[in-house]
Amino acid sequence: MHCGQLLTSTPRNRAGVALPFMHGNHRGRRSEEDLFVEERARPCSRRYESLRPQGTVKALLGPNGAGKTTVVKILTTLIQPTAGTAHIDGIDVLREPKAARRIIGVSGQYSAVDENLTGFENLEMVGRLYHLGARGSKRRAQELIEQFELTEAGNRPVKGFSGGMRRRIDLAGALVINPKILFLDEPTTGLDPRSRLSLWGIIKDLVRDGTTLLLTTQYLEEADQLSDDIAVIDGGKTIAEGTADQLKAQIGGHRAVVSLVHSSDAASAREILGRHGDGEPLVGDDGRSIEVAVSDGPRALQYILSDLGESGIELHDAGMRRPSLDDVFLTLTGRRAEDSDTKDASTQKEAAA
Amino acid sequence: MSVLAPEGRQPEHQQASPSGSRVEPPSELAMWFSDGWTVTKRNLTKLKRSPDMLVFAILQPIMFVLLFSQIYGGSIEVEGSDYTQYLMAGIFAQTVIFGSTFSGSAMAQDLKDGIIDRFRTLPMSSSAVLIGRTNSDLVLNALSVIIMMGTGLLVGWRVNTSLSSALAGIGLLLLFSYAFSWVMALLGMSVKSPEVINNASFMILFPLTFISNAFVLSSTLPGPLEAFANWNPVSALVQAVRELFGNTGTVPVPDAWPMQNAVVTVMIGIVLMLVIFVPLCIRKFASISSR
Repeated sequence: MHCGQLLTSTPRNRAGVALPFMHGNHRGRRSEEDLFVEERARPCSRRYESLRPQGTVKALLGPNGAGKTTVVKILTTLIQPTAGTAHIDGIDVLREPKAARRIIGVSGQYSAVDENLTGFENLEMVGRLYHLGARGSKRRAQELIEQFELTEAGNRPVKGFSGGMRRRIDLAGALVINPKILFLDEPTTGLDPRSRLSLWGIIKDLVRDGTTLLLTTQYLEEADQLSDDIAVIDGGKTIAEGTADQLKAQIGGHRAVVSLVHSSDAASAREILGRHGDGEPLVGDDGRSIEVAVSDGPRALQYILSDLGESGIELHDAGMRRPSLDDVFLTLTGRRAEDSDTKDASTQKEAAA
Repeated sequence: MSVLAPEGRQPEHQQASPSGSRVEPPSELAMWFSDGWTVTKRNLTKLKRSPDMLVFAILQPIMFVLLFSQIYGGSIEVEGSDYTQYLMAGIFAQTVIFGSTFSGSAMAQDLKDGIIDRFRTLPMSSSAVLIGRTNSDLVLNALSVIIMMGTGLLVGWRVNTSLSSALAGIGLLLLFSYAFSWVMALLGMSVKSPEVINNASFMILFPLTFISNAFVLSSTLPGPLEAFANWNPVSALVQAVRELFGNTGTVPVPDAWPMQNAVVTVMIGIVLMLVIFVPLCIRKFASISSR
């Protein structure tokens, strides 16, 4: 079994955990020794994990089963790795979980709100459990209800409300104290586009106000929108790190995409796309759509279209698109993001057998 | 929009409290009480808000008392006692034991819903969720017992001892169910879904409560079952409650130690369950997380 697959196993049978690096010195400056402080341990490498508040946003980007949630669960004291250490703001998460819990706010993948309580009662309960006292908890709950525009859900059981509303209450729950570090695990997964945009707005406001945020997401666009710094993780390991722009530059910026009328033109079209793009053009499964990464954007598309026209190749469609997580994966790992799901599933089956 | 507390954030010395109130971490004991109470309150609110659950909790004991006393009352004869008098302790015991299984399914449900994850990332007392769970189920069971006793009185059941003995009987029932809640809570944290608890508890608790002296004399059971019934902890609970309520009549006590010393046996059982399962539950709780 490879190290890389361990993170995808359930906590019950984890045998060693490799964590992506997440340590920043000051305001995004990092030095070489920060990267993977690694020791040999059986049967897998162990890495130190540390996170310091710096008023910035770090995104963990990766497909399902990449290990994002596991990282969040370790850092938020929910599960313990069998090897390695984890620090947040200088606190050893594994040794002093209670101290760590006093400075974090967590909003998980599934809204952890009590359906039978009202929005207000949910927030008040969290306040009581942070030991803000009866009056402090009530006051804070009321503030959050107003700030998150939850008035509607304030006095009615959460049961009857939409997923977007629940997420907002859950997020408000993570902010009952002003946490030094906020963890959001796939905050918009399963939300409709409108709720997603609204949640993005809230998160952007938080960050502008100075919250340090660790965010996990499956969507490159989300990481791009919200974070300063992205770690692409796969199989429990960081496979690339940098700002959204750096990552995009690494995978070739935009893509030019054309769709042919006749699949017989594919070979010559492919040659033309290759001429103006960076790297190998890819022909889709249908044999008619071809795409290539381009660095100089629309200009490359203009050249491609003009050359295709000269060669008399007919098109159904042509355009540009922004790189997706899939492209990042394809470039970094040579396989598509969704492949890793099926791969994980089969490895788990093997492990179970 | 600002989602911060009014005074804003002070990056250099952020304080983990809103609105400027300084919050010292409370002492362990104070925290234990206040957190336990917060979670108990949460569970009881849930009970209040789901009328179906409450109706079920109230109607089921009434139904059991009426069904057993009216249906079997005519056909089952217990030599030495009126059947209704004899039966009632059995129904009390069975109902509170089944009531305790709720601790298990509720823990499993909270785990599934991710609420446990929320609790576990809060700086609260590590046993508060379990305390809150078992406390609120104790309240539910107390309600059941009161309702069953009221219904029992209506169909002719009587306490034939003193008030203090009767209170001791009620106390024993509730303490036993409280201790058993911890056993079920551990199971609830160990299974994959809440349904498992419901199914498994029926598979285990039905035989356990029926192969006992709850509804019939154990001496009427075939040999091996009789021995089982005499050593069954449920029988000891039923026998102890029967004695404390003065419902034994002239029924002979089976010649087995737990039956001869029923109250002591039940007390030992309660202590054992608590001593073993409270620490196990707290340890288990420190490592559970959804998915």
